[in-house]
Amino acid sequence: MSKIVKFLLLAGALLGVAGLAFAASASGSGVRQPTNWSAISTFLFFVGLTLWMTRLATARSRSSADFYAGGGGVSGFQNGLAIAGDYMSAASLLGISGLVFVSGFDGLIFSIGWLVGWPVITFLMAERLRNLGKFTFADVAAYRFSQKPVRTFAALGSLAVVLFYMIAQMVGAGQLVKILFGLEYAYSVIMVGIVMMMYVLLGGMTSTTWVMINKAVLLLFGTSLMALLVLFRFDFNPDALFSRATDLHRLKDALMAPGGLIKDPVSAISVGMALMFGTAGLPHILMRFFTVPNAREARKSVAWATAWIAFFYVLTFIIGFGAIVSLVPYPAEYYVGGRIGNGLQGGSNMAAVHLAHVLGGDLFLGFIAAVAFTTILAVVAGLTLSGASAVSHDLYATVLCKGVVTSEKERLVSKMTTFMLGVIAVALGILFEHENVAYMVMLAFSIACSANFPVLFMAVLWKDCTTRGVTAGGFIGLITALLLTVLSPAVWERVLGNASGSALFPYASPAIFSMPLAFFSIWCISVLDKSAQAEKERALFLDQLIRSETGLGASVARSH
Amino acid sequence: MQKHASSYAHIRENPRFQALVKKRNRYAFRMSAMVVLAYFSYIFLIAFRPDWMALPVVDGLTVTLGLPLGLGVIALTVALTVIYVRRANREFDVETAEIRRQALKCPRS
Repeated sequence: MSKIVKFLLLAGALLGVAGLAFAASASGSGVRQPTNWSAISTFLFFVGLTLWMTRLATARSRSSADFYAGGGGVSGFQNGLAIAGDYMSAASLLGISGLVFVSGFDGLIFSIGWLVGWPVITFLMAERLRNLGKFTFADVAAYRFSQKPVRTFAALGSLAVVLFYMIAQMVGAGQLVKILFGLEYAYSVIMVGIVMMMYVLLGGMTSTTWVMINKAVLLLFGTSLMALLVLFRFDFNPDALFSRATDLHRLKDALMAPGGLIKDPVSAISVGMALMFGTAGLPHILMRFFTVPNAREARKSVAWATAWIAFFYVLTFIIGFGAIVSLVPYPAEYYVGGRIGNGLQGGSNMAAVHLAHVLGGDLFLGFIAAVAFTTILAVVAGLTLSGASAVSHDLYATVLCKGVVTSEKERLVSKMTTFMLGVIAVALGILFEHENVAYMVMLAFSIACSANFPVLFMAVLWKDCTTRGVTAGGFIGLITALLLTVLSPAVWERVLGNASGSALFPYASPAIFSMPLAFFSIWCISVLDKSAQAEKERALFLDQLIRSETGLGASVARSH
Repeated sequence: MQKHASSYAHIRENPRFQALVKKRNRYAFRMSAMVVLAYFSYIFLIAFRPDWMALPVVDGLTVTLGLPLGLGVIALTVALTVIYVRRANREFDVETAEIRRQALKCPRS
């Protein structure tokens, strides 16, 4: 299919969403806002512009970079922006500002937690990943182990994390489309799902790096502008902002104290662990280290990414407080039914979007909505790519076909996985409508830090690790984390609708139990493993160490 | 890996490699420990001393102690990352390159 056809199809899909929005608003069902045409046209203009710029970038790199194969490689600075772009998802902008809007101080816990995982990756993982990996993090985890079991685990671990992460993005995008176009939430999510799938299937995947750089710049620009406008109203005196917010907010002075969201010490520590160690287990983030030419650039890129992400998270905190002081005084405009008790229109995830309207009217609203939407598109593209390559490269090509497979077949499986992921994400996105998206992403982090992270960490750094240890330990961590997540109040009560207080697992995140359990299982089973295979694997550690430390024999950079 | 078999054999017995790995790992783990310590001190304060975190920095201000401490953790994170990357790119990379060059130049026969 030619590029123009693809682009037209994508544009058509977007127009389809707009058309449906028009139809829905014309039928005048419900009490949603009147259709805001100036915001919608700004939104469509900026989304279209980003897609067009992406196409230009893709067209330039298309010649060298195929679906999988190696491209030229990007510089550390560029990759740093791309990593930051991959990481600063809708959850970060919409979710953290929404958390701050509702719970105040506790939003900062998320900001900090999501940042402190980065130095650990920089110090311990980044260059080792670069030197050992090729396509997916499974290449690294299975480097000296028997491929089949470890790759099966890595693929399933990746899928679980990707899915939870995607739900959050779907919820964010669905609510965005809902308040912008005045659609029913379920229709919004389905529409978003269709646009996302078209975007990914029709070429968004081939050069995610450029999409990420693109959106990182837009996102940093948009959020900086918002934070500046908020601070400008208070003469750049943050204390004045906080003091006005505590006057207005229902929590009063407790707004500036911990405890608004995370009530007990076990949950606080558990969430803290998930946020910090989850980052090192995110498949789509780990993949980004294979795009740089060498370990030096990998290191530089995480340093840049850390700096950008830190800056961005401080901004989201300010934006959350900006939303409190700007929205609470106008319940008629921004709250459901004009009453604060009913909550924000579109849910608390939309605090930043409403704030944009207060600060710069319909045009700024359209712009920020477009930035958030393209952010979600790009993050979903990155997530889908890692989920799809986990299935096509690890499960299908390596495990099922034992490496004997044509690249066409592999791509077909990859596209089918993309489609399936899209369908499941839409269904779950509808189910999880009322969750805060930052909280949802935290759950994805809980799974990542209990399954992928321990396996990767032990496989790379611990000599006596064996295939049986990482596979069994990894699965134990994965299953425990999933089970406890389903049994926690967030899912058991709020999503599945069981009675309040009936959740068997009372804490906010399973990480405090599932992560140590995974590490312990890997250690224990590896130590007990006395097989000849285990001895061989231990002996291979030295060569793995040499490659991970020197980069000798490492693969060339590839382009995503 | 086959292609580099002789270089690998060379590096395996190169004492400089062992020394470099040891030095680097000690440094990397020490830096990681600092971040983990700073972050979990913060988290433990939130978990067990939330009242203290909620005290105003100076009487009359709304900003609570938890806020500058949190920003401190963020600043420390970025600072440590920059320090590590500079040292790794200047010092460790030069040594690694040297070890690689030796290994590639004089393969054992």
